[in-house]
Amino acid sequence: MARRSVEPLLWTLFSAGGVLAALLLPILVLLLGLAFPLGWLAPPSYGYLASLLHHPLTRLALFALCSLSLWHWAHRFRYTLYDGLQIKHLNELVNPFCYGGALAGTVVAAYLFGFVL
Amino acid sequence: MADRITLQVARYRPEEESAPVMQEYEVPCHKEWVVLDGLNYIKDHLDGTLSYRWSCRMGICGSCGMTVNGQPKLTCATALTDYGDGPITVEPLRNFPVVRDLVVEIGDFMRKLTGVKPWIMREHEKPLSEGEYLQTPEQMDEYKQFSMCINCMLCYSACPIYGLDPGFIGPAAIALAQRYNLDSRDQGADERFDMLSEHEGIWGCTFVGECTEVCPKGVDPAGAIQRYKLTAAMETVKSFLMPWKGGRGGSGA
Amino acid sequence: MSDRPASSPRYATHHPRWLRTRVSTWWWLQRRAYFKFILRELSSVCAAWFVIYLLLLVRAVSRGEAAWRGFLDWAAAPLVVVVNVVSLFFLIFHAITWFNLAPRAMVVKLGGKKVPGVLIAASNYAAWAVATALVAWLLVGR
Repeated sequence: MARRSVEPLLWTLFSAGGVLAALLLPILVLLLGLAFPLGWLAPPSYGYLASLLHHPLTRLALFALCSLSLWHWAHRFRYTLYDGLQIKHLNELVNPFCYGGALAGTVVAAYLFGFVL
Repeated sequence: MADRITLQVARYRPEEESAPVMQEYEVPCHKEWVVLDGLNYIKDHLDGTLSYRWSCRMGICGSCGMTVNGQPKLTCATALTDYGDGPITVEPLRNFPVVRDLVVEIGDFMRKLTGVKPWIMREHEKPLSEGEYLQTPEQMDEYKQFSMCINCMLCYSACPIYGLDPGFIGPAAIALAQRYNLDSRDQGADERFDMLSEHEGIWGCTFVGECTEVCPKGVDPAGAIQRYKLTAAMETVKSFLMPWKGGRGGSGA
Repeated sequence: MSDRPASSPRYATHHPRWLRTRVSTWWWLQRRAYFKFILRELSSVCAAWFVIYLLLLVRAVSRGEAAWRGFLDWAAAPLVVVVNVVSLFFLIFHAITWFNLAPRAMVVKLGGKKVPGVLIAASNYAAWAVATALVAWLLVGR
């Protein structure tokens, strides 16, 4: 290839994030966002939840879900701003906001899942 | 069904006006007539100054694309009776500069079509004495759908991305590139890759999908583009992980 | 590769008499398909929101039971509930549109025959059911 563009990589991250978000986020929103806080279902005991989240597989899966979902948002939102609001000429602001945000979120997630849990 | 129907036709005469003007014509509404028949009736009997493109009147030349009641349509394939009592609005194809009345400028489209190098490219041509390049029916099925394009530009008219950024290469051009990339006789996928992979190439597409909805020939350009994104992404990953493998050479993915 | 001429330079790129209409800021409201498309794209904002919510949840759990209870109380606040209800709808919308569209990006062949898109979509939905059941079992079933 004559010129290596970063777009294929960004699209791959967007796709991977899209798949994980589609598979896992709906049930997580239903349970963790609504059912447990509102008392529709009894949340698991604290001890169980803490040990579940501490498990290396859970941490890896959640890290992948969080990070890739953020890259999915970054890519999709960038193009929504370009096309929806027609601010493609502001790409020097839009791109760092979107991809920088995803990077920041990934770093936070890595810290949380790698060192805090 | 009334025996007459009103067509509201956009007129634009650059020597007289700077904005389009709607003009109403009443045409007979026969049950087998299409919008193009209505336009031809206007031209023949009511107003010879109306300018528009048409040719085969049977949905194969791609000349008569226009915006009918807000939708991109082939006027030779759109029945007057589909619109009840009317009126029917006929405007030039959206997203293109208007030259006059219903005639749009197609130079940008033509440049993009030729830009994807829509011909069989081989590393070494076989001499004539060795005969033809053979292809099985299964191999033809790989690209046949994308070869059905009649270059009518309805997909460009429906694509909001092309409307917002005329630099976008567009659905028909990418589908045409895929027609050759997927042809077993072609070895030019690498040459097409650079033009397709730049920012205004396939990556500008956000899979709105309207191009496929309006295509009169079932080409599914949206599908062609998404497939190519997957191919391009996999190629990029492969070249990253295995940089010693130079190019793809053989028939496209 | 065979040498071919570059694309023809003879098409004019500009003429002052051509009529060029600027695309309206509200182009996405002008057709139902465009509006649904923008809604689909905006579902990614709900995904990003819920990632933040998840990170906050995980941080609360890591800080002890009191913090976890506090988090649940915060999550029950009306504003947060409304945002999560809206997010649930948008994320289900994302999942359905994603699984329906994914087959268009890939051509899968089994034994030389193309697998119909409907089957690929069906297998996506099956995977969704399995993932949902697994998460539900981990959080509720045990």
